[in-house]
Formats: sequence, C-alpha cells, structure tokens
Amino acid sequence: MNILEINHMRKSFDGLEVLKDISLSVKEGEVVSIIGPSGSGKSTILRCATMLEKMDGGDLIYMGEGAAFDHNGKSVYASKKDLQRIRHYYGLVFQNFNLFPHYSVYKNIVDAPISVYKVSKKEADERAEKLLSQLGLSDKRDAYPYQLSGGQQQRVSIARALALQPKILFFDEPTSALDPMLTAEVLKVIKDLAKQKMTMIIVTHEMEFARELSDRIIFMEDGVIQEQGTPEEVFASQNPRVREFIGKFKS
Amino acid sequence: MDFITILQQLSSGMIKTVGIFFWTLALSLPFGLVIAFGRMSKNKLVSSIFKFYISVMRGTPLMLQLLVVYFGPYYLFGIKLSQGYRFIAIIIGFVLNYAAYYAEIYRSGIESMPVGQYEAATQLGYSKSQTFFKIILPQVIKRILPAITNEVITLVKDTSLAFSLAYMEMFTIAKQIAAAQTTMIPFVVAAVFYYIFNLIVAFTMERIEKKMSYYR
Repeated sequence: MNILEINHMRKSFDGLEVLKDISLSVKEGEVVSIIGPSGSGKSTILRCATMLEKMDGGDLIYMGEGAAFDHNGKSVYASKKDLQRIRHYYGLVFQNFNLFPHYSVYKNIVDAPISVYKVSKKEADERAEKLLSQLGLSDKRDAYPYQLSGGQQQRVSIARALALQPKILFFDEPTSALDPMLTAEVLKVIKDLAKQKMTMIIVTHEMEFARELSDRIIFMEDGVIQEQGTPEEVFASQNPRVREFIGKFKS
Repeated sequence: MDFITILQQLSSGMIKTVGIFFWTLALSLPFGLVIAFGRMSKNKLVSSIFKFYISVMRGTPLMLQLLVVYFGPYYLFGIKLSQGYRFIAIIIGFVLNYAAYYAEIYRSGIESMPVGQYEAATQLGYSKSQTFFKIILPQVIKRILPAITNEVITLVKDTSLAFSLAYMEMFTIAKQIAAAQTTMIPFVVAAVFYYIFNLIVAFTMERIEKKMSYYR
C-alpha cells in the first residue's frame, strides 16, 4: 500500500502558481529526496502534504485515507476529526527545529504523546528513553534547547517527531541551518533511520547525501516535477535543467 | 496630632490601597487577555470594536473614567446605588482601564511569537487551546514580563486616583489630614509608603523573571 499519495496537487500564492499538477506516491520503507533550486516549490509540497498550507486542488491520501479530495478542481478537506487522525500518520522535521524552548529535551519528546494522544506516561517514557539513546542524546535528557548545539537540537526534533510513531517522516531542509560538522551528525541520524526502513521524504540541498541514501530522487523546478528516478537515473539525466543544477553542485 | 496618630489613621487607608491594587491586578490581567483576543480577531468588526475600546481607554484620563463609572449609572439612567458601589466603581474603572493596557502588551507578546511554534504544535496534534495555553502563553509571559512590571508599578501610584471618588484609601486620608493639620507629615508618610510598596513589587517581579530564566 502507498503510505502517501498525492494527485494533481496545485497551489498558488497571491495568483502566483507555485505548484502545478504535482503527483507523487510513496511506498512503505521508501526514501524519497526532493531536490531543485530555491523557489522551485519543493518546500511547498511538504507544507501542503503536512497540511501547514491548504492546497488549492488535488488529492492528498495517507494510508488509503483521504485528507483531501479534488472536487471539480478544488481540494475538499476531510472533517477536523478525520484530519486529526490522519495527522498522526506523519511527522515533520523543520529546517529551524522549532523545539519548544520552555520544555526540556525530555518534555519536548513526551509531551505530545501524553497530552495529545493519551499515551500512558510509562509508554511515553519508554519511547523517549529509547529514542534518546538511539540518537545519542541520553546525557541531554534534562537540558533545555538553548543549551544544545544546532545538530543536537535537530536530533531532538527528530526524536520528538518519532515519539509519535509516524508512518512517514518529512524533512524540510533539515541541515540548512547547520554548519558542515553538525550537518554530518544529523545526516548520520537520517541514514540510520533509512537503514531501519523508515519511510521518508527529504527536501535537501545535500546532493551527495541524497544520492547515497535515496531510493528515488525528484527534481523540481518551476512548480513541476522535471525528472524523477533512482539516483543513478537522475544523476545521469540528459535533461539540460537537471544537468545544469547538478553540475553546479559537482563543481 | 502626633506622628503615631497620623500613622494610625493612614494605616486603615493603606489596607484599602492594597485592596484596590490586588483586585485590579487579579481582574485586569485575565480580562486584558480577553481584550487582546478581541483586538486580534480575524473578524474586522470585532477587532475594530476592541481597537476603539483600547484607544478610548488609553486616550482619556483614568480619573475621568472613574467619575463616569461612579456617577454614570445615576446621571444617565437614574439608578441609585448604595455606598458600597463606591469601591466597586473604583475597581470597575481601574480594571477597564488597565485591561486595555495589558491587552496591548499581550498582543505585542503574542504577535512576536515565531510562527514555527504554532506550526510545530499543529503538526504534533495539539489543539488550538492546548497550543495557546501550553506552548504559546508561557513563552509570551516571559517575553512581556518587563512591560507588565512597568504597568504594575504605575498601578501602585494610580491607586491614589481613587481620592477623586472620595474613597478612603491612603492618599485621600493623607490629603485630609494635611489640610486639617497644616502639616507635610502625611505626604511624607504617603511617599514612603508608595515607594516601599513599589520596591516590593519590583523585587517580586524580579523574582518571577529569574524563575522564568531557566530557558531562553
């Protein structure tokens, strides 16, 4: 079954069409990277898929359950209650972490499971401790976000998302706010998740990383998917736009 | 009249001054939040009503507002109110006025919150009220505390405006004694009282700020 299915997604901001007819589906365990120049719409796909933005037209389906269906060219969203359930299927890791600064690392991780999804304290605690050790954050359990490096903060935000046990995890340029050293530590965490067969969609500028890790790479430009395929296919693409973009990174 | 007698007479007024202060604070802080929500409403009509309210409350003297609240019911509607209404009128007047100031402070704090905090909370499934009370408000309070401290200190001094309704708080009594006995002593005592009161306020607010400095 497809974890995520997007059909004919369209989105405009103030009359400017940012996404034009995007279709994309993701299977369980698949790692998909979205690359492309700034302003190509790749972050907007993520924001629409995670319902931080409402798309104008198209279907959005998780685990076979429709969050939105296209009706005469306009997206009609499901009821609040259904959307709340569907939201539980995915997690999102932000470019600038967006941790809650007034919560400790531990509370950042356990609070949503306990107070939103009514997971027992014991269960939430077990999940948190496991994630903390898995992500090398055990000694930071009681620290506050401001006491952490950017890389540590990003790992906490990954732990926070994973604590809700999503079926699919989105990353919105997870290393853009980090220096190369910290970038490496976050990329390692994402690689480990890929090994564990976590389904992921990653918007990134890290070409080598995308190439190494992804089952599929999507190249976006001007609001459309210009090219998609395995890393080998995309990196060997004859499409001049793709070649130009990738070439810039190679040099 | 000796110093001790003056002090004794003033002390009953001090209790009433403290009463005005605490009642005003306890009611205007939550009420201010309600007004802030009205002011930030997406409904244009609602937000302009609250905007107008704030502008009137900030744009006219508090003393005049107290007089309107006290005399308004009788002058406008012929409603006769008991002696006890004097205190209630003072509290209503102060709360209506101070809530307007607090509303703008809340608004500045709420609007300064990065949108990412809302997005993260929504993403994690928090409801709108959970998001506000668990994630946003605690951070807003930390941000606006210095501005709130300013207003609270002003409130201590503004309680003396209750003399305009001849309410027997400290300043009213001080003025009466000073006039009757032709002495400056009550004013000196009053000054010392307000100053110490504000020292305590400043100290308390500093403690609260320190308590919240466990995160940045």
